Amino acid sequence: MDTRFLVDFILNPPAIVWQGLLVTVAISVVAQAAGVALGLVVALARRSARRWLRFLAGTYVWVWRGTPLLVQLLLVYTGVAAAGFYRYPDIVLGPLVIAGPMQAALLTLACNEAAYMSEIFRSAIQTIDSGQSDAARALAMTPATAFRWIILPQAFRIVLPPLGNEFTLMIKGTSLLSIIGVREFFGTLQDINSATFRTFEIFLYAALCYLFLTTVLGFGQRWLERRMARHEAPAAKLAAARLSRRSLLGAQR
Amino acid sequence: MSTRTEPLIRAENVRKRFGDSWILRGISLDVYKGEVLVVIGPSGSGKTTLVRCMNALEPIDGGRITIGGRLMGCREHRGRMAPLPERLIARQRRHVGMVFQRFNLFPHMTALDNVMVAPIRVLGRRAPDIRQEAVDLLERVGLGSKLDSYPGQLSGGQQQRVAIARALAMKPEALLFDEPTSALDPETVGEVLDVMRKLAKSGMTMVVVTHEMAFAREVADHVMMLDGGLVVETAPAETFFAAPAQARTQQFLRSIL
Repeated sequence: MDTRFLVDFILNPPAIVWQGLLVTVAISVVAQAAGVALGLVVALARRSARRWLRFLAGTYVWVWRGTPLLVQLLLVYTGVAAAGFYRYPDIVLGPLVIAGPMQAALLTLACNEAAYMSEIFRSAIQTIDSGQSDAARALAMTPATAFRWIILPQAFRIVLPPLGNEFTLMIKGTSLLSIIGVREFFGTLQDINSATFRTFEIFLYAALCYLFLTTVLGFGQRWLERRMARHEAPAAKLAAARLSRRSLLGAQR
Repeated sequence: MSTRTEPLIRAENVRKRFGDSWILRGISLDVYKGEVLVVIGPSGSGKTTLVRCMNALEPIDGGRITIGGRLMGCREHRGRMAPLPERLIARQRRHVGMVFQRFNLFPHMTALDNVMVAPIRVLGRRAPDIRQEAVDLLERVGLGSKLDSYPGQLSGGQQQRVAIARALAMKPEALLFDEPTSALDPETVGEVLDVMRKLAKSGMTMVVVTHEMAFAREVADHVMMLDGGLVVETAPAETFFAAPAQARTQQFLRSIL
Protein backbone atom coordinates (compact mmCIF):
# COMPACT_ATOMS: atom_id res chain seq x y z
CA MET A 1 0.00 0.00 0.00
CA ASP A 2 1.19 3.46 -0.87
CA THR A 3 0.43 5.40 2.32
CA ARG A 4 1.63 8.70 0.95
CA PHE A 5 -0.66 8.42 -2.04
CA LEU A 6 -3.63 7.63 0.23
CA VAL A 7 -2.93 10.48 2.65
CA ASP A 8 -2.39 12.86 -0.25
CA PHE A 9 -5.64 11.68 -1.82
CA ILE A 10 -7.56 12.13 1.42
CA LEU A 11 -6.17 15.58 2.12
CA ASN A 12 -6.32 16.87 -1.40
CA PRO A 13 -8.66 14.89 -3.66
CA PRO A 14 -9.06 15.94 -7.30
CA ALA A 15 -11.99 18.22 -8.12
CA ILE A 16 -13.88 15.45 -9.94
CA VAL A 17 -14.01 13.45 -6.72
CA TRP A 18 -15.74 16.34 -4.99
CA GLN A 19 -18.15 16.59 -7.91
CA GLY A 20 -18.81 12.87 -7.71
CA LEU A 21 -19.51 13.11 -4.01
CA LEU A 22 -21.93 15.96 -4.62
CA VAL A 23 -23.73 13.93 -7.31
CA THR A 24 -23.98 10.95 -4.96
CA VAL A 25 -25.52 13.04 -2.19
CA ALA A 26 -27.89 14.78 -4.61
CA ILE A 27 -29.08 11.51 -6.14
CA SER A 28 -29.56 9.96 -2.71
CA VAL A 29 -31.62 12.87 -1.42
CA VAL A 30 -33.82 13.17 -4.51
CA ALA A 31 -34.37 9.43 -4.89
CA GLN A 32 -35.07 8.98 -1.19
CA ALA A 33 -37.57 11.85 -1.13
CA ALA A 34 -39.33 10.51 -4.21
CA GLY A 35 -39.24 7.01 -2.71
CA VAL A 36 -40.87 8.22 0.49
CA ALA A 37 -43.63 10.02 -1.39
CA LEU A 38 -44.31 7.13 -3.75
CA GLY A 39 -44.00 4.66 -0.88
CA LEU A 40 -46.73 6.46 1.02
CA VAL A 41 -48.99 6.27 -2.02
CA VAL A 42 -48.32 2.54 -2.39
CA ALA A 43 -48.93 1.99 1.34
CA LEU A 44 -52.29 3.78 1.05
CA ALA A 45 -53.18 1.72 -1.99
CA ARG A 46 -52.41 -1.46 -0.04
CA ARG A 47 -54.86 -0.35 2.64
CA SER A 48 -57.52 0.67 0.14
CA ALA A 49 -61.01 -0.78 0.23
CA ARG A 50 -60.73 -1.45 -3.50
CA ARG A 51 -59.45 -4.92 -4.26
CA TRP A 52 -57.75 -4.11 -7.54
CA LEU A 53 -55.80 -1.26 -5.93
CA ARG A 54 -54.61 -3.53 -3.14
CA PHE A 55 -53.62 -6.12 -5.72
CA LEU A 56 -51.75 -3.57 -7.82
CA ALA A 57 -49.82 -2.26 -4.83
CA GLY A 58 -49.05 -5.76 -3.61
CA THR A 59 -47.70 -6.71 -7.01
CA TYR A 60 -45.61 -3.55 -7.13
CA VAL A 61 -43.93 -4.38 -3.82
CA TRP A 62 -43.51 -8.02 -4.79
CA VAL A 63 -41.70 -7.16 -8.02
CA TRP A 64 -39.49 -4.31 -6.82
CA ARG A 65 -38.50 -6.03 -3.61
CA GLY A 66 -38.02 -9.39 -5.20
CA THR A 67 -35.44 -8.38 -7.81
CA PRO A 68 -31.91 -7.03 -7.30
CA LEU A 69 -31.30 -3.31 -7.67
CA LEU A 70 -28.44 -3.95 -10.10
CA VAL A 71 -30.70 -5.94 -12.40
CA GLN A 72 -33.39 -3.28 -12.15
CA LEU A 73 -30.93 -0.56 -13.15
CA LEU A 74 -29.66 -2.48 -16.13
CA LEU A 75 -33.17 -3.37 -17.25
CA VAL A 76 -34.55 0.17 -16.91
CA TYR A 77 -31.64 1.82 -18.72
CA THR A 78 -29.55 -0.52 -20.82
CA GLY A 79 -32.21 -3.13 -21.44
CA VAL A 80 -34.91 -0.70 -22.46
CA ALA A 81 -32.52 1.15 -24.78
CA ALA A 82 -31.24 -2.08 -26.32
CA ALA A 83 -34.74 -3.28 -27.10
CA GLY A 84 -35.54 0.12 -28.58
CA PHE A 85 -38.61 0.61 -26.33
CA TYR A 86 -37.58 4.01 -25.12
CA ARG A 87 -34.65 6.40 -25.36
CA TYR A 88 -34.20 8.85 -22.56
CA PRO A 89 -34.08 12.38 -23.98
CA ASP A 90 -31.93 14.92 -22.11
CA ILE A 91 -34.00 16.99 -19.72
CA VAL A 92 -32.79 20.58 -19.50
CA LEU A 93 -33.62 22.46 -16.31
CA GLY A 94 -31.97 25.85 -16.70
CA PRO A 95 -28.22 25.29 -16.38
CA LEU A 96 -28.81 21.66 -15.32
CA VAL A 97 -28.88 18.94 -17.94
CA ILE A 98 -30.21 15.61 -16.71
CA ALA A 99 -28.94 12.93 -19.04
CA GLY A 100 -30.54 9.57 -19.71
CA PRO A 101 -28.48 7.49 -17.26
CA MET A 102 -29.28 9.91 -14.46
CA GLN A 103 -33.01 9.79 -15.23
CA ALA A 104 -33.00 6.02 -15.27
CA ALA A 105 -30.98 5.98 -12.05
CA LEU A 106 -33.37 8.31 -10.19
CA LEU A 107 -36.41 6.48 -11.51
CA THR A 108 -35.11 3.05 -10.54
CA LEU A 109 -33.80 4.07 -7.13
CA ALA A 110 -37.06 5.87 -6.30
CA CYS A 111 -39.26 2.98 -7.42
CA ASN A 112 -37.09 0.47 -5.59
CA GLU A 113 -37.09 2.59 -2.45
CA ALA A 114 -40.86 3.09 -2.64
CA ALA A 115 -41.37 -0.67 -2.31
CA TYR A 116 -39.46 -0.74 0.96
CA MET A 117 -40.90 2.54 2.25
CA SER A 118 -44.44 1.38 1.57
CA GLU A 119 -43.92 -1.62 3.84
CA ILE A 120 -42.43 0.62 6.52
CA PHE A 121 -45.35 3.04 6.26
CA ARG A 122 -47.83 0.19 6.29
CA SER A 123 -46.51 -1.33 9.48
CA ALA A 124 -46.22 2.11 11.09
CA ILE A 125 -49.84 2.90 10.30
CA GLN A 126 -50.88 -0.49 11.66
CA THR A 127 -49.03 0.19 14.89
CA ILE A 128 -51.16 3.25 15.64
CA ASP A 129 -53.90 2.44 18.12
CA SER A 130 -57.35 2.11 16.56
CA GLY A 131 -58.59 4.49 19.26
CA GLN A 132 -56.86 7.30 17.40
CA SER A 133 -58.98 6.85 14.32
CA ASP A 134 -62.07 6.30 16.53
CA ALA A 135 -61.42 9.65 18.19
CA ALA A 136 -60.82 11.38 14.86
CA ARG A 137 -64.03 9.96 13.43
CA ALA A 138 -65.99 10.87 16.54
CA LEU A 139 -64.76 14.45 16.04
CA ALA A 140 -66.40 14.38 12.61
CA MET A 141 -63.19 14.16 10.62
CA THR A 142 -63.47 12.62 7.18
CA PRO A 143 -61.11 9.71 6.51
CA ALA A 144 -58.78 12.00 4.55
CA THR A 145 -58.67 14.65 7.28
CA ALA A 146 -58.09 12.04 9.97
CA PHE A 147 -55.25 10.51 7.98
CA ARG A 148 -53.55 13.81 7.24
CA TRP A 149 -53.70 15.35 10.71
CA ILE A 150 -53.96 12.43 13.13
CA ILE A 151 -52.58 9.23 11.64
CA LEU A 152 -49.82 10.46 9.33
CA PRO A 153 -47.98 12.68 11.86
CA GLN A 154 -47.87 9.78 14.31
CA ALA A 155 -46.87 7.30 11.63
CA PHE A 156 -44.06 9.61 10.57
CA ARG A 157 -42.51 9.54 14.00
CA ILE A 158 -42.53 5.77 13.95
CA VAL A 159 -41.13 5.77 10.43
CA LEU A 160 -38.20 8.03 11.25
CA PRO A 161 -35.72 5.40 12.57
CA PRO A 162 -36.23 2.92 9.70
CA LEU A 163 -36.19 5.88 7.30
CA GLY A 164 -32.67 6.68 8.47
CA ASN A 165 -31.72 3.08 7.74
CA GLU A 166 -33.21 3.29 4.30
CA PHE A 167 -31.29 6.46 3.56
CA THR A 168 -28.06 4.77 4.57
CA LEU A 169 -28.85 1.92 2.20
CA MET A 170 -29.69 4.44 -0.50
CA ILE A 171 -26.33 6.20 -0.21
CA LYS A 172 -24.53 2.90 -0.44
CA GLY A 173 -26.80 1.75 -3.26
CA THR A 174 -25.78 4.66 -5.47
CA SER A 175 -22.37 2.99 -5.83
CA LEU A 176 -24.04 0.64 -8.32
CA LEU A 177 -24.90 3.48 -10.68
CA SER A 178 -21.54 3.52 -12.47
CA ILE A 179 -22.70 0.39 -14.28
CA ILE A 180 -25.13 2.50 -16.33
CA GLY A 181 -22.66 5.36 -16.68
CA VAL A 182 -23.73 7.81 -14.02
CA ARG A 183 -20.68 9.78 -12.93
CA GLU A 184 -21.29 9.65 -9.21
CA PHE A 185 -18.68 9.26 -6.48
CA PHE A 186 -17.75 5.61 -6.88
CA GLY A 187 -17.85 5.72 -10.66
CA THR A 188 -15.42 8.62 -10.63
CA LEU A 189 -13.09 6.70 -8.35
CA GLN A 190 -13.23 3.69 -10.64
CA ASP A 191 -12.15 5.92 -13.52
CA ILE A 192 -9.25 7.24 -11.45
CA ASN A 193 -8.33 3.67 -10.63
CA SER A 194 -8.13 2.74 -14.29
CA ALA A 195 -5.78 5.65 -14.84
CA THR A 196 -3.54 5.21 -11.78
CA PHE A 197 -3.81 1.54 -10.76
CA ARG A 198 -3.70 2.54 -7.07
CA THR A 199 -6.55 0.10 -6.64
CA PHE A 200 -6.32 -0.69 -2.96
CA GLU A 201 -5.76 2.93 -1.90
CA ILE A 202 -8.60 4.25 -3.99
CA PHE A 203 -11.17 1.67 -2.93
CA LEU A 204 -10.09 2.09 0.69
CA TYR A 205 -10.61 5.81 0.23
CA ALA A 206 -14.09 5.10 -1.17
CA ALA A 207 -14.98 2.95 1.82
CA LEU A 208 -13.79 5.65 4.25
CA CYS A 209 -15.84 8.32 2.48
CA TYR A 210 -19.03 6.21 2.53
CA LEU A 211 -18.40 5.47 6.19
CA PHE A 212 -18.02 9.18 6.86
CA LEU A 213 -21.28 9.99 5.02
CA THR A 214 -23.33 7.33 6.78
CA THR A 215 -21.85 8.25 10.17
CA VAL A 216 -22.77 11.91 9.77
CA LEU A 217 -26.23 10.79 8.71
CA GLY A 218 -26.49 8.59 11.80
CA PHE A 219 -25.73 11.54 14.07
CA GLY A 220 -28.28 13.69 12.26
CA GLN A 221 -30.88 10.97 12.59
CA ARG A 222 -30.31 10.49 16.31
CA TRP A 223 -30.59 14.22 16.88
CA LEU A 224 -33.86 14.38 14.93
CA GLU A 225 -35.31 11.37 16.77
CA ARG A 226 -34.49 12.86 20.15
CA ARG A 227 -36.07 16.13 19.11
CA MET A 228 -39.27 14.48 17.95
CA ALA A 229 -39.52 12.15 20.94
CA ARG A 230 -39.39 14.95 23.50
CA HIS A 231 -43.05 14.82 24.47
CA GLU A 232 -43.92 11.35 23.38
CA ALA A 233 -45.91 8.95 25.47
CA PRO A 234 -43.94 5.88 26.58
CA ALA A 235 -46.12 3.60 24.45
CA ALA A 236 -45.30 5.44 21.23
CA LYS A 237 -41.61 5.38 22.08
CA LEU A 238 -41.71 1.64 22.59
CA ALA A 239 -43.43 1.07 19.28
CA ALA A 240 -40.84 3.20 17.52
CA ALA A 241 -37.98 1.33 19.14
CA ARG A 242 -39.48 -2.01 18.21
CA LEU A 243 -39.91 -1.03 14.58
CA SER A 244 -36.44 0.39 14.21
CA ARG A 245 -34.94 -2.77 15.63
CA ARG A 246 -36.88 -4.91 13.25
CA SER A 247 -35.80 -2.90 10.25
CA LEU A 248 -32.17 -3.01 11.33
CA LEU A 249 -32.34 -6.79 11.09
CA GLY A 250 -34.36 -6.72 7.92
CA ALA A 251 -32.26 -4.15 6.13
CA GLN A 252 -30.27 -6.47 3.91
CA ARG A 253 -30.75 -6.22 0.19
CA MET B 1 -86.02 23.13 17.52
CA SER B 2 -86.79 19.97 19.36
CA THR B 3 -89.75 20.13 21.64
CA ARG B 4 -90.48 18.22 24.79
CA THR B 5 -92.52 15.69 22.86
CA GLU B 6 -89.72 14.88 20.43
CA PRO B 7 -86.65 13.07 21.76
CA LEU B 8 -83.22 14.37 20.76
CA ILE B 9 -81.87 10.83 20.59
CA ARG B 10 -84.08 7.95 19.58
CA ALA B 11 -83.10 4.36 18.97
CA GLU B 12 -85.67 1.94 17.58
CA ASN B 13 -85.14 -1.78 17.65
CA VAL B 14 -81.40 -1.45 17.03
CA ARG B 15 -79.66 -4.69 16.16
CA LYS B 16 -75.98 -5.30 15.67
CA ARG B 17 -73.88 -8.37 15.17
CA PHE B 18 -70.21 -9.22 14.92
CA GLY B 19 -69.94 -12.25 12.70
CA ASP B 20 -72.50 -14.76 13.90
CA SER B 21 -73.04 -13.38 17.36
CA TRP B 22 -75.70 -10.75 17.96
CA ILE B 23 -74.41 -8.07 20.32
CA LEU B 24 -77.55 -5.91 20.22
CA ARG B 25 -80.83 -7.76 19.80
CA GLY B 26 -83.30 -4.92 19.48
CA ILE B 27 -82.64 -1.88 21.64
CA SER B 28 -85.01 1.06 21.81
CA LEU B 29 -84.51 4.22 23.82
CA ASP B 30 -85.46 7.90 23.93
CA VAL B 31 -83.35 10.69 25.36
CA TYR B 32 -84.84 14.16 25.51
CA LYS B 33 -82.88 17.37 25.27
CA GLY B 34 -81.06 18.10 28.51
CA GLU B 35 -81.55 14.60 29.88
CA VAL B 36 -78.91 12.21 31.12
CA LEU B 37 -79.34 8.52 30.39
CA VAL B 38 -77.03 6.16 32.23
CA VAL B 39 -76.56 2.71 30.71
CA ILE B 40 -75.40 -0.10 32.97
CA GLY B 41 -74.98 -3.82 32.59
CA PRO B 42 -72.47 -6.63 32.90
CA SER B 43 -69.52 -6.82 30.54
CA GLY B 44 -70.48 -8.17 27.17
CA SER B 45 -74.01 -6.85 27.50
CA GLY B 46 -73.55 -4.51 24.53
CA LYS B 47 -73.25 -1.14 26.32
CA THR B 48 -70.13 -0.02 24.50
CA THR B 49 -71.42 -1.26 21.16
CA LEU B 50 -74.64 0.64 21.73
CA VAL B 51 -72.94 4.02 22.20
CA ARG B 52 -70.55 3.34 19.32
CA CYS B 53 -73.54 2.62 17.10
CA MET B 54 -75.19 5.87 18.20
CA ASN B 55 -72.66 8.02 16.35
CA ALA B 56 -72.20 5.41 13.66
CA LEU B 57 -68.68 4.37 14.65
CA GLU B 58 -70.15 0.92 14.11
CA PRO B 59 -72.73 0.30 11.38
CA ILE B 60 -75.94 -1.28 12.63
CA ASP B 61 -77.60 -4.34 11.17
CA GLY B 62 -81.18 -3.40 11.89
CA GLY B 63 -83.41 -0.74 13.34
CA ARG B 64 -82.72 2.98 13.29
CA ILE B 65 -81.00 5.64 15.35
CA THR B 66 -81.85 9.31 15.03
CA ILE B 67 -80.08 12.18 16.73
CA GLY B 68 -81.53 15.65 16.26
CA GLY B 69 -83.62 14.26 13.42
CA ARG B 70 -80.58 12.86 11.58
CA LEU B 71 -80.78 9.19 10.71
CA MET B 72 -77.31 8.19 11.88
CA GLY B 73 -75.09 6.36 9.41
CA CYS B 74 -77.88 5.48 7.05
CA ARG B 75 -80.22 6.85 4.49
CA GLU B 76 -83.67 5.58 3.80
CA HIS B 77 -84.39 4.72 0.23
CA ARG B 78 -87.79 3.30 -0.77
CA GLY B 79 -88.36 1.97 2.71
CA ARG B 80 -84.95 0.29 2.86
CA MET B 81 -81.93 1.40 4.86
CA ALA B 82 -78.67 1.91 3.03
CA PRO B 83 -75.34 2.88 4.63
CA LEU B 84 -74.15 6.43 4.05
CA PRO B 85 -70.63 7.05 2.75
CA GLU B 86 -68.17 7.83 5.55
CA ARG B 87 -67.81 11.43 4.34
CA LEU B 88 -71.50 12.09 4.95
CA ILE B 89 -71.53 10.23 8.26
CA ALA B 90 -68.73 12.59 9.30
CA ARG B 91 -71.08 15.54 8.75
CA GLN B 92 -73.66 13.93 11.05
CA ARG B 93 -71.07 13.39 13.75
CA ARG B 94 -70.40 17.12 14.00
CA HIS B 95 -73.41 17.28 16.30
CA VAL B 96 -72.52 14.38 18.57
CA GLY B 97 -69.48 14.28 20.85
CA MET B 98 -67.90 11.17 22.27
CA VAL B 99 -65.62 10.43 25.21
CA PHE B 100 -63.79 7.12 25.27
CA GLN B 101 -62.72 4.77 28.00
CA ARG B 102 -59.07 5.12 27.02
CA PHE B 103 -59.22 8.87 26.29
CA ASN B 104 -57.69 8.53 22.82
CA LEU B 105 -56.09 11.96 22.95
CA PHE B 106 -53.80 12.75 20.04
CA PRO B 107 -50.35 12.19 21.55
CA HIS B 108 -48.51 14.43 19.09
CA MET B 109 -50.50 17.52 20.05
CA THR B 110 -50.64 19.67 23.17
CA ALA B 111 -53.82 19.74 25.24
CA LEU B 112 -54.79 23.01 23.57
CA ASP B 113 -54.16 21.64 20.07
CA ASN B 114 -56.20 18.54 20.91
CA VAL B 115 -59.12 20.83 21.69
CA MET B 116 -58.64 23.05 18.65
CA VAL B 117 -57.89 20.48 15.99
CA ALA B 118 -61.47 19.50 15.13
CA PRO B 119 -62.88 23.06 14.86
CA ILE B 120 -59.90 23.97 12.66
CA ARG B 121 -59.70 20.90 10.45
CA VAL B 122 -63.39 19.99 10.34
CA LEU B 123 -65.22 23.30 10.59
CA GLY B 124 -62.51 25.36 8.89
CA ARG B 125 -62.21 27.84 11.76
CA ARG B 126 -59.00 29.84 12.13
CA ALA B 127 -56.77 29.13 15.12
CA PRO B 128 -56.56 32.73 16.41
CA ASP B 129 -60.38 33.01 16.35
CA ILE B 130 -61.03 29.93 18.46
CA ARG B 131 -58.00 29.92 20.72
CA GLN B 132 -59.80 31.79 23.50
CA GLU B 133 -62.78 29.43 23.27
CA ALA B 134 -60.46 26.45 23.60
CA VAL B 135 -58.64 27.99 26.55
CA ASP B 136 -62.01 28.64 28.24
CA LEU B 137 -63.02 25.01 27.71
CA LEU B 138 -59.82 23.73 29.27
CA GLU B 139 -60.30 26.12 32.18
CA ARG B 140 -63.84 24.82 32.55
CA VAL B 141 -62.49 21.29 33.06
CA GLY B 142 -59.87 22.63 35.47
CA LEU B 143 -56.86 22.43 33.18
CA GLY B 144 -56.14 26.09 32.49
CA SER B 145 -52.55 25.51 33.59
CA LYS B 146 -51.95 22.54 31.27
CA LEU B 147 -52.59 24.14 27.88
CA ASP B 148 -49.16 23.31 26.50
CA SER B 149 -48.79 19.88 28.08
CA TYR B 150 -48.72 16.82 25.88
CA PRO B 151 -51.01 13.90 26.76
CA GLY B 152 -48.00 11.83 27.80
CA GLN B 153 -47.29 14.41 30.50
CA LEU B 154 -50.81 14.28 31.98
CA SER B 155 -52.42 11.89 34.44
CA GLY B 156 -55.32 9.73 33.31
CA GLY B 157 -57.88 11.98 34.94
CA GLN B 158 -56.36 15.05 33.33
CA GLN B 159 -56.29 13.34 29.94
CA GLN B 160 -59.94 12.41 30.24
CA ARG B 161 -60.84 15.98 31.09
CA VAL B 162 -58.95 17.20 28.03
CA ALA B 163 -60.92 14.62 26.03
CA ILE B 164 -64.18 16.08 27.36
CA ALA B 165 -63.06 19.61 26.44
CA ARG B 166 -62.07 18.33 23.01
CA ALA B 167 -65.54 16.88 22.47
CA LEU B 168 -67.19 20.09 23.68
CA ALA B 169 -65.15 22.19 21.24
CA MET B 170 -67.43 21.01 18.44
CA LYS B 171 -70.45 22.37 20.38
CA PRO B 172 -72.30 19.07 20.16
CA GLU B 173 -76.02 18.65 20.79
CA ALA B 174 -75.32 15.52 22.78
CA LEU B 175 -72.34 13.77 24.36
CA LEU B 176 -71.76 10.03 24.50
CA PHE B 177 -69.54 8.61 27.26
CA ASP B 178 -68.15 5.09 26.96
CA GLU B 179 -67.05 4.05 30.47
CA PRO B 180 -65.16 7.33 30.94
CA THR B 181 -63.72 6.41 34.34
CA SER B 182 -63.04 2.69 33.92
CA ALA B 183 -59.41 3.16 32.87
CA LEU B 184 -58.61 5.67 35.62
CA ASP B 185 -56.76 5.37 38.90
CA PRO B 186 -59.28 5.49 41.74
CA GLU B 187 -58.02 8.86 42.99
CA THR B 188 -58.63 10.59 39.65
CA VAL B 189 -62.13 9.20 39.05
CA GLY B 190 -63.68 11.95 41.15
CA GLU B 191 -62.27 14.85 39.13
CA VAL B 192 -63.70 13.43 35.91
CA LEU B 193 -67.11 12.72 37.48
CA ASP B 194 -67.14 16.30 38.81
CA VAL B 195 -66.73 17.67 35.32
CA MET B 196 -69.47 15.39 34.02
CA ARG B 197 -71.78 16.40 36.86
CA LYS B 198 -71.31 20.08 35.99
CA LEU B 199 -71.93 19.33 32.34
CA ALA B 200 -75.17 17.58 33.17
CA LYS B 201 -76.26 20.51 35.34
CA SER B 202 -75.53 22.92 32.50
CA GLY B 203 -78.15 21.10 30.46
CA MET B 204 -76.02 18.92 28.21
CA THR B 205 -77.78 15.89 26.80
CA MET B 206 -75.72 12.86 27.77
CA VAL B 207 -75.67 9.11 27.33
CA VAL B 208 -73.26 7.62 29.84
CA VAL B 209 -72.10 4.03 30.02
CA THR B 210 -70.64 3.60 33.49
CA HIS B 211 -70.21 1.42 36.54
CA GLU B 212 -70.28 4.45 38.87
CA MET B 213 -73.59 3.83 40.60
CA ALA B 214 -73.34 6.82 42.93
CA PHE B 215 -72.90 9.04 39.89
CA ALA B 216 -75.83 7.36 38.14
CA ARG B 217 -78.10 7.80 41.14
CA GLU B 218 -77.19 11.47 41.48
CA VAL B 219 -76.98 12.67 37.88
CA ALA B 220 -79.07 10.36 35.71
CA ASP B 221 -82.62 11.13 34.75
CA HIS B 222 -83.11 7.61 33.52
CA VAL B 223 -81.12 4.44 34.00
CA MET B 224 -81.16 1.61 31.52
CA MET B 225 -79.98 -1.90 32.28
CA LEU B 226 -78.69 -4.03 29.40
CA ASP B 227 -78.00 -7.73 29.42
CA GLY B 228 -77.23 -10.00 26.49
CA GLY B 229 -77.96 -7.26 23.99
CA LEU B 230 -81.45 -6.58 25.32
CA VAL B 231 -82.91 -3.91 27.58
CA VAL B 232 -83.72 -5.50 30.93
CA GLU B 233 -85.41 -2.38 32.21
CA THR B 234 -85.39 1.38 31.96
CA ALA B 235 -86.65 3.58 34.76
CA PRO B 236 -86.22 7.01 36.32
CA ALA B 237 -83.09 6.92 38.46
CA GLU B 238 -84.83 7.02 41.87
CA THR B 239 -87.18 4.22 40.96
CA PHE B 240 -84.46 2.21 39.32
CA PHE B 241 -82.24 2.13 42.39
CA ALA B 242 -84.97 2.14 45.04
CA ALA B 243 -87.18 -0.52 43.53
CA PRO B 244 -85.79 -2.28 40.47
CA ALA B 245 -88.58 -4.25 38.84
CA GLN B 246 -86.60 -7.08 37.32
CA ALA B 247 -84.86 -9.86 39.21
CA ARG B 248 -81.89 -9.59 36.82
CA THR B 249 -81.44 -5.92 37.73
CA GLN B 250 -81.70 -6.63 41.44
CA GLN B 251 -79.09 -9.34 41.11
CA PHE B 252 -76.74 -7.09 39.11
CA LEU B 253 -77.07 -4.17 41.53
CA ARG B 254 -76.37 -6.46 44.47
CA SER B 255 -73.28 -7.79 42.79
CA ILE B 256 -71.68 -4.39 42.21
CA LEU B 257 -72.89 -2.29 45.15
